[in-house]
Amino acid sequence: MINLITSQWQPLLMGLWNTIFCSVIALIGSLIIGTFFALLEISSHRVVRIIGNVYVEVFRNIPLLVIAMGFFLIVPMYIAKINGFTAGTIGLTLYTSSFIAETVRAGINSVEGGQLEGALANGMTYSQAMRYIILPQAFKVVIPPLGNQFINLVKNSSVLAFVAGFDLMYQGNLIANDTLETMPTYFIVGVLYLIITLPLSYYMRYLEKN
Amino acid sequence: MRKLWHLLGVGCLAALMLVSLTACAGKSVAQQDVLTADQKANRITWGVKADTRLFGLEDIKTGRLEGFEIDLAKAMTKEILGPNGKCTFVPVTSGTRVPLLKNGNIDAIMATMTITPEREKQVDFTHSYFDAGQSLLVKKGSPIKSIKDLNKPGEVILGVSGSNSVKNVAKYAPKARVLQLSDYAQAMTALKSKQGDALTTDNGILYGMAAENPNYEVIGGNFTKEPYGIAVNKNQARFRNKLNWALERLEKNGTYNRLLLKWFGHVKGFNYQEMKR
Repeated sequence: MINLITSQWQPLLMGLWNTIFCSVIALIGSLIIGTFFALLEISSHRVVRIIGNVYVEVFRNIPLLVIAMGFFLIVPMYIAKINGFTAGTIGLTLYTSSFIAETVRAGINSVEGGQLEGALANGMTYSQAMRYIILPQAFKVVIPPLGNQFINLVKNSSVLAFVAGFDLMYQGNLIANDTLETMPTYFIVGVLYLIITLPLSYYMRYLEKN
Repeated sequence: MRKLWHLLGVGCLAALMLVSLTACAGKSVAQQDVLTADQKANRITWGVKADTRLFGLEDIKTGRLEGFEIDLAKAMTKEILGPNGKCTFVPVTSGTRVPLLKNGNIDAIMATMTITPEREKQVDFTHSYFDAGQSLLVKKGSPIKSIKDLNKPGEVILGVSGSNSVKNVAKYAPKARVLQLSDYAQAMTALKSKQGDALTTDNGILYGMAAENPNYEVIGGNFTKEPYGIAVNKNQARFRNKLNWALERLEKNGTYNRLLLKWFGHVKGFNYQEMKR
């Protein structure tokens, strides 16, 4: 296993980097998009609510692999030439954002209704009330489930392997096929995923406590 | 401090679980004699392709596997076990075939597998049963005429991970970018959606794809030699010798040529006379 690391550290490191890069983009992207659609879902306008609901239900209920494949194969044919990494990252972002929308919506609902009324009564606009009063409290409540989503996101980034996105799993597959040392390769890949997810997991715990 | 111990504990547990997992799978199943076991069970389990036209392809309507390799495997099974010998086919891909062989799920691989020195360190091969060569598939009217046209930065070549062809193409066109997908069906779809400029693998497989997709053609001739062999586990010399013996008999009694004509006789651009044995 040691010589596997010494001879293959370059592709492994490149894969680790791409996995982290993709995860960070998808994490930020899905948090923004997810929060946006959560706000749509709790809107008082029926049409806006329906748009939010449709988005969430579509992306939540299609397998991630299908979404990523769609972006990898269909988008280049008709819309724009995007490579596997971009296609996979977009797919992962949209997929995760639907889960985050549901999580954030639950968080907003958990904040007492009187708070919004109070903020509005004090002269705040709806968006101000959301931004300064409701969302900060909502995020505090949803930190643990959000942490779960982020860990899932990192692991789900392995979908890039199927659209030639040069991530950790892709490189792992290539090394396993190349050296035929299947088990040691996937062991190393597993440990490298742990290196990303364990600190994330402990950081979320820390946030939860403080 | 307590937190640190906690973290350490989780790490150790995870490592332990993974190690025990590898230890289980690492135990060799290849110790028992495959030939004896197969003769007793009257059954040989073959690892074959299920996504490769002309070699091994699953017919979606009937669920049956069809192709040159499938027919050859059936004929060899009958040769070894007698007319009542049965065979089981397990679909494999370039990436899964060797692990499946090593853990004993299949007895032999007959799945468009090129005999290479690297692979011979891991498995044993019979004589070659098919002499393929690597070539290129492009859309008709493409400016690419040979492998040389692909040796430029910006060119993207599609291949299948675990196949020998992606290793070769890195030697012949080092400047191009190679995308490795999980199987041929997916690689073909990626070529259609213009994720790459050309698809590379062995000519026999490419002719199968071109037959199915008339807008695409095989170009540039072969730039490598790819002899296909049947792979068995190490320390299975008896089984391998028996396979070689069966292969030779089929070549001598004309069955091999009959199967070759059946599958490749009508393929445009394929030189059947040259491949006859």
